[in-house]
Amino acid sequence: MPRMSYREAIRAALRQALAADPRVFLMGEDVGRYGGAYAVSKGLLEEFGPERVRDTPLSESGFLGTGIGAALGGMRPIVEIMTVNFSLLALDQVVNNAATLRHMSGGQLSVPLVVRMATGGGRQLAAQHSHSLEGWYAHIPGIKVLTPATPQDARDMLPAALADPDPVFIFEHQLLYASEGEVDLEQPPARMGQALVRRRGSDVTLVAHGGSLPKALEAASELERAGIDAEVVDLRTLRPLDTETLCASVSRTHRAVLVDEGWKTGSFSAELAAILAERVFYELDAPIARVCSAEVPMPYAKHLEDAALPQAPAIVRAAKELLGRG
Amino acid sequence: MIETRERALELFEQMVLIRRFEEKCAEVYSAGKIRGFLHLYIGEEAIAVGAMAALSSDDNVVATYREHGHALARGLSATSVMAEMYGKATGCSRGRGGSMHLFSAAHRFYGGHAIVGGGLPVAVGLALADTLAARERITVCFFGDGAVDEGEFHESMNLSALWRVPVLFVCENNLYAMGTALERHESLPDLCVKPRAYGIPAENVDGMDLFAMEAAMRHAVAEVRRHRSPFFLEAKTYRFRAHSMYDAEAYRTRAEVAEWAEKRDPIALAAGELGRRGWLDDAALTRIEERIAREVAAACDAADAAPLEPVADLERDVYTPEAPCPG
Repeated sequence: MPRMSYREAIRAALRQALAADPRVFLMGEDVGRYGGAYAVSKGLLEEFGPERVRDTPLSESGFLGTGIGAALGGMRPIVEIMTVNFSLLALDQVVNNAATLRHMSGGQLSVPLVVRMATGGGRQLAAQHSHSLEGWYAHIPGIKVLTPATPQDARDMLPAALADPDPVFIFEHQLLYASEGEVDLEQPPARMGQALVRRRGSDVTLVAHGGSLPKALEAASELERAGIDAEVVDLRTLRPLDTETLCASVSRTHRAVLVDEGWKTGSFSAELAAILAERVFYELDAPIARVCSAEVPMPYAKHLEDAALPQAPAIVRAAKELLGRG
Repeated sequence: MIETRERALELFEQMVLIRRFEEKCAEVYSAGKIRGFLHLYIGEEAIAVGAMAALSSDDNVVATYREHGHALARGLSATSVMAEMYGKATGCSRGRGGSMHLFSAAHRFYGGHAIVGGGLPVAVGLALADTLAARERITVCFFGDGAVDEGEFHESMNLSALWRVPVLFVCENNLYAMGTALERHESLPDLCVKPRAYGIPAENVDGMDLFAMEAAMRHAVAEVRRHRSPFFLEAKTYRFRAHSMYDAEAYRTRAEVAEWAEKRDPIALAAGELGRRGWLDDAALTRIEERIAREVAAACDAADAAPLEPVADLERDVYTPEAPCPG
């Protein structure tokens, strides 16, 4: 299997999709000549031409809505939004159109739209380019929310999103683009609504998604050195959410640390904590712990940004406290 | 041009149907059979009727929340639209949409959009799909003067002109964005200057005149089909009723409304023109009114008798059934 970066894995998936289906096209800000703000689509313009790799004006609402219309018209658009903060300019189209048209039309219409965007902090991009808002999106019925954490998932989730008849949003954490792994380009599309246990353990479950997965795995290694056997669950898709895998893991370990780069108040981790309290309350041997971003717009200075984001040492501390070894 | 008596009467009847249908809606709203928001199109009927008359059944239509007239003129049955207003299972959106969200895939009628300006990017996308698939179809997008202030209007003007997609923007300028008069919400009240700034040809027409509206639409549609690029048509009109059923109309005088209704009622104007051409007399008008009264009454009876959607199906159609569901 070839080894490649997360960025290259997405590019490979885009190339496969564009080659396989003439209805697929990619559009977004600087996806063409520039090659993508994160260089994901580099080379695709030359390969597939400007009709299918379309540079857009800076009109997030306009081109995301255009994607919805093109999907209604039988195409399979992939819309790239440069970062999640910019996607807020298109939130009307997401919430009021993409998510509603099927239901509001009594099932007559469907919107087979794929939207990809960068999310998350860690690159000193400050308070307008660094937030993790996928939890907000996961609040919305009518759309699906995918958060690939590995190069293989980054590759496998794109065809899954394209095969889906409903709008699918893929959140790509900025810090993952350069991460590497072995990628099988012949794998079938990922199954939505399927979390994976990335590391088996018996003492505590660390729950993560997207950019938080490497931190959770790092924390698990650190915990192992302290004699604590941590299990790591990668949620992979926030909506649909695989509550079975989540609850089964916590039922085995009886302890949960929820890692989420969103702000703690009203975060996706709050939803997970509620699900655990509803479903497996009597399996818990300790309170549910959360490691989230600090309640502050993302600061620029590195030491402040590091302090604002969930980090492996904080996950380790939280797990140890649950085990009475704090 | 509306050249034959038969065609002229057909369109006239559509206008009368929309008028009587909506008068009935207001009546049953007061009786509590229709709830939520109800935005009446009364006074603006010539636009939807004249516009749809110039389209082929294969074209796409995107409309606003004041779209009963567009739906009926597009060919949705009075029965299916009334049932939707009643929130019944036989409604054109199966009771999920109501007055503001009428849909019919079979008529390529893409709603029913109640976020002002939100339908424009969708229309641009429908037109882009037709460009990419090399289809002949065009997309017509209706919106009001209030939408012209929205960012999505300007983004859609720019995108459609930049990418040259076959979309016809029809702005129904009824002089008020809800309760805010045109000169109080537009820095430049001549709406046509805005699309022209993006390189989109723009014309205006008297939206109270069915014949003028049909002719202007026919020209606009031909331009979009010929050039496969956008066109903007401003139809000048006036809303005779309140914005919705909750509007006390503090922003305009009764005298202003009365003057429009007396002098510029599109149905009276069309009836006058038909009379001058010798195509309509009092007896024929009575027959039309009677036939439409029966159609509207039948729509209400059918809506009354229609079943409600089962509550068990509440969460149906949030996602396409074949796909995995969340939870």
